[in-house]
Amino acid sequence: MIHLPHLAHLAIWQVLFPLLAAPLCLLLRSGRLAWLIATLASWASLAVSVLLLRTINCNGPLTYNLGGWPAPWGITYHVDALSAFVLLIVSAMAALVMPYAAKSVSREIDVENHRLFYALLLICQAGLLGIVVTGDAFNMYVFLELSSLSSYALIALGKRRRALTAAFQYLVMGTIGATFILIGIGLLYSLTGTLNIQDLAVRIALIPTSAVGHRTLITAFAFLTVGFSLKLALFPLHLWLPNAYTYAPSVVTTFLAATATKVAVYMLLRFSFSILGSRFVFEQLTLGKIMLLPSLAAIIIASLVAIFQYDIKRMLAYSSIAQIGYMTLGISLNSHTGLMAGILHMFNHALMKGALFMVMGAVSYRVGSVYLNDFRGLGRRMPWTMAAFVIGGLSLMGVPLTAGFISKWFLIEAALETGWWSITAVILLGSLLAVIYIWRVVETAYFNPLQEIEDDEHTEAPASLLIPLWILIGANIYFGIDTSVPVDMASWAASALLEGTMR
Amino acid sequence: MTTATLLQLCILIPAAGALFIAASHRLPNLREGVTILTASSLLAVVMALFQRPDALTLPPLVLATPLPGIDFELQLEPLGLLFAGVASLLWLITSLYTIGYMRANGEEHQTRLYICFAIALASTMGIALAGNLLTLFLFYELLTLSTYPLVTHKGDHDAVTGGRFYLGILISTSVGLLLPAIIWTWHVAGTTSFRPGGILEWTMEPTAVTILLLLYAFGIGKAALMPIHRWLPEAMVAPTPVSALLHAVAVVKAGVFTMVKVVLYIFGPNLLRETGSHYPLLIIASITILCASMIALQQDNLKRRLAYSTISQLAYITLAVAILAPLSIPAAAIHIAAHAFGKITLFFAAGAIYTAAHKTKVSELDGIGKRMPWTMTAFAIGSLSMIGLPPAAGFISKWYLLQGALSAQLWPVAGVILLSTLLNAGYLIPIVYVAFFRKEAHPPHHEHGEAPFIMVLALSTTAALTLVMFFWPEPVLHLATQLTVSQK
Repeated sequence: MIHLPHLAHLAIWQVLFPLLAAPLCLLLRSGRLAWLIATLASWASLAVSVLLLRTINCNGPLTYNLGGWPAPWGITYHVDALSAFVLLIVSAMAALVMPYAAKSVSREIDVENHRLFYALLLICQAGLLGIVVTGDAFNMYVFLELSSLSSYALIALGKRRRALTAAFQYLVMGTIGATFILIGIGLLYSLTGTLNIQDLAVRIALIPTSAVGHRTLITAFAFLTVGFSLKLALFPLHLWLPNAYTYAPSVVTTFLAATATKVAVYMLLRFSFSILGSRFVFEQLTLGKIMLLPSLAAIIIASLVAIFQYDIKRMLAYSSIAQIGYMTLGISLNSHTGLMAGILHMFNHALMKGALFMVMGAVSYRVGSVYLNDFRGLGRRMPWTMAAFVIGGLSLMGVPLTAGFISKWFLIEAALETGWWSITAVILLGSLLAVIYIWRVVETAYFNPLQEIEDDEHTEAPASLLIPLWILIGANIYFGIDTSVPVDMASWAASALLEGTMR
Repeated sequence: MTTATLLQLCILIPAAGALFIAASHRLPNLREGVTILTASSLLAVVMALFQRPDALTLPPLVLATPLPGIDFELQLEPLGLLFAGVASLLWLITSLYTIGYMRANGEEHQTRLYICFAIALASTMGIALAGNLLTLFLFYELLTLSTYPLVTHKGDHDAVTGGRFYLGILISTSVGLLLPAIIWTWHVAGTTSFRPGGILEWTMEPTAVTILLLLYAFGIGKAALMPIHRWLPEAMVAPTPVSALLHAVAVVKAGVFTMVKVVLYIFGPNLLRETGSHYPLLIIASITILCASMIALQQDNLKRRLAYSTISQLAYITLAVAILAPLSIPAAAIHIAAHAFGKITLFFAAGAIYTAAHKTKVSELDGIGKRMPWTMTAFAIGSLSMIGLPPAAGFISKWYLLQGALSAQLWPVAGVILLSTLLNAGYLIPIVYVAFFRKEAHPPHHEHGEAPFIMVLALSTTAALTLVMFFWPEPVLHLATQLTVSQK
């Protein structure tokens, strides 16, 4: 039987495992050892997040004072239903990506950079986990910068030279976003004199609408919303995303696509619901109406653009923008079902996009690039990889028995609750557009004649790529049949957020 | 073995069969043996279900609970039992025919074809036994996906284009119209289970009922109501056994089966009659019957002519259930069986002609009856059934259908039925005529007789079944009339 004080330390270990392992990777000479350390750290961090999830399931939300300093003075870490859920997404993806990285990285990144790469990936993971676990607004910003800076460098490691411009573009946009967030947090601090999230919530609730400070609050809200929207690539602030995802190394794309934007969505939820309060945000400032149109536009426009892409990684990047639109759509519907659908889709989208980008990594490992033409004949040559693409694609379309269907179901239900038929139509249209862009690849892979093969190397990807990939594919199917865990978690998180408490 | 186990076996047997077929891909004889064994055991299980007195009264069998409040569940009712019986019986016969066809024509990728066939049958069984709309939707989509590789079997340009039509139309209608209809139903009724008499509330506005019914009618693309019918002629690029079993029996019947289930068990005849929402459906079905028959008249490609004939015959079933009369509802059920036996015979004959004589066009069939007497006799019997003449099974369903239309005093509908009978005769009788009574224009490139024995055996069996069903319709009638009884 573990005692509660020890369990409370879990919150800090969640961040410490990857954060401590990162410098260790740098100190090591061999890339191989660095990989081993990174893998172990990511698995340890997964174990911690599973334990955390179980703990808060039994005992309710967990608060941890850093260094024993109580709330108003020290930094607190706070884990509730939503953060436990997002922690699980991030650390599970990291735990799957690390074993996958070994082969993929050896093909895509120079040997002397390997330990740098693993160190950066661990720092990025630590940053993302830290954002979610912390209960302090400024601390959240620090972790945001940590994860952002490391991800700029990770993208720049891509083997094509355009990776550098992509990283620079992301750096500029990301920094603008982060600055906006910092300004927003600063304004909140000037208004309330505290940075602790629970404290902030209490003091903001006391400000009457007629007070002078109320305008500061509105300004802070505006800065924060724009900053988060940039980070989560809400249409039309998505311009950094396609290049970044296309030119980054496969492993980085997989990890970032499955986690980074989700964490940005988490920040938006945390600030809107837990700090500013849903009444202020949705009733006075009508965030729902503000976000609705960009979300719908993202679903349709990004999906349409995806249809015309020849670089399949870029196609999936545009698809990600559309899928983020589904998440923000769920949030903007401002109901329990909608919010829950949005949170659920964070999980399900991580499963499907993670799997699809892993397919890209496997194809790029064997063929060298992932243009549509490179897929010719792959149905025969890489049967397991392409089968995974088909199943992941079906999940993206939202076919029953896959996780994607469950997200779609709740989203449509939420849309029907509002009585707006046009929203339902847009959700379904997005699915149909997904059919088109996924099926282009499937047709090419299965029906176009085999390419001339000079070397016999063009065969199935190695097992170390296939096993993590198929674990994700299995999860796509499993969570399409037995949905109790993610649906319960999302539902719990949504009710906690709507009550405005950090439970 | 309990009845619940039998229900699960109906889906598990073909699914497991697919695995064993995949495992035995190196030994063609063993692989074909596995197919036959799977099909026979499935038929045995379904026949065992026919014998069980408690099969139709069993509570729903829950397989999984993917969404709070909605289960994947199986439940047997008369129509589902009938559909399962027809599909499993014809799968066995088709398996024999397929072996003959694939070997005689030296087709590639045979293992893939047999695997997909088995998965398609598992999905069909799932549709037949589905206990609620969500389960049905799941298997409906699986059926679309598992038949896609069959449609594109040849892998050439035509096949890929046909496949695009097939998948594009079926997926977009099911996701774009059927899924919202199901979610709407759930939203209104709080359940998606099939219950005799319907689950929808009487509080719904009549316009809303009509819109919902139309969402279903066009969302169930497999029922091929116009203008959602284009996928069916396009699917004819598939090898003939696929067209025969799937695009004359399993897939299209899954469509009209869903249609019938929705009308009887979701809306309920009373609600539709009160709100008058069935009139648009009657009109759409009537237009489809007549237009498809007229297009069939112009087709020279035999399989395309049969495909348009299928579209028109499917609309009979939708029409029958939309009439909502106590006599026409059994007609829908009977026609599901009668059309299946008749149309599969016609497709088998078309495949036999292609295999033996390499002919695909109606205009090339002069005098072929002398070379292939068995095949063309079977074709003639199938044609009789399509037209609805005794002594073929089609007569029974048409009789009930006409009675229903007259009892509901829908005179225009009765007119449509009579007119379409003439059209049916118009596009089928000439084929039989030229085959038997016209001389061959010029001798064929190579001498040929009948197709391989196993194919002739299969098509003679289905032709015989068409006749048997006319003289001994009790098993089908028994189940069909239960449909009306349960509505009361």
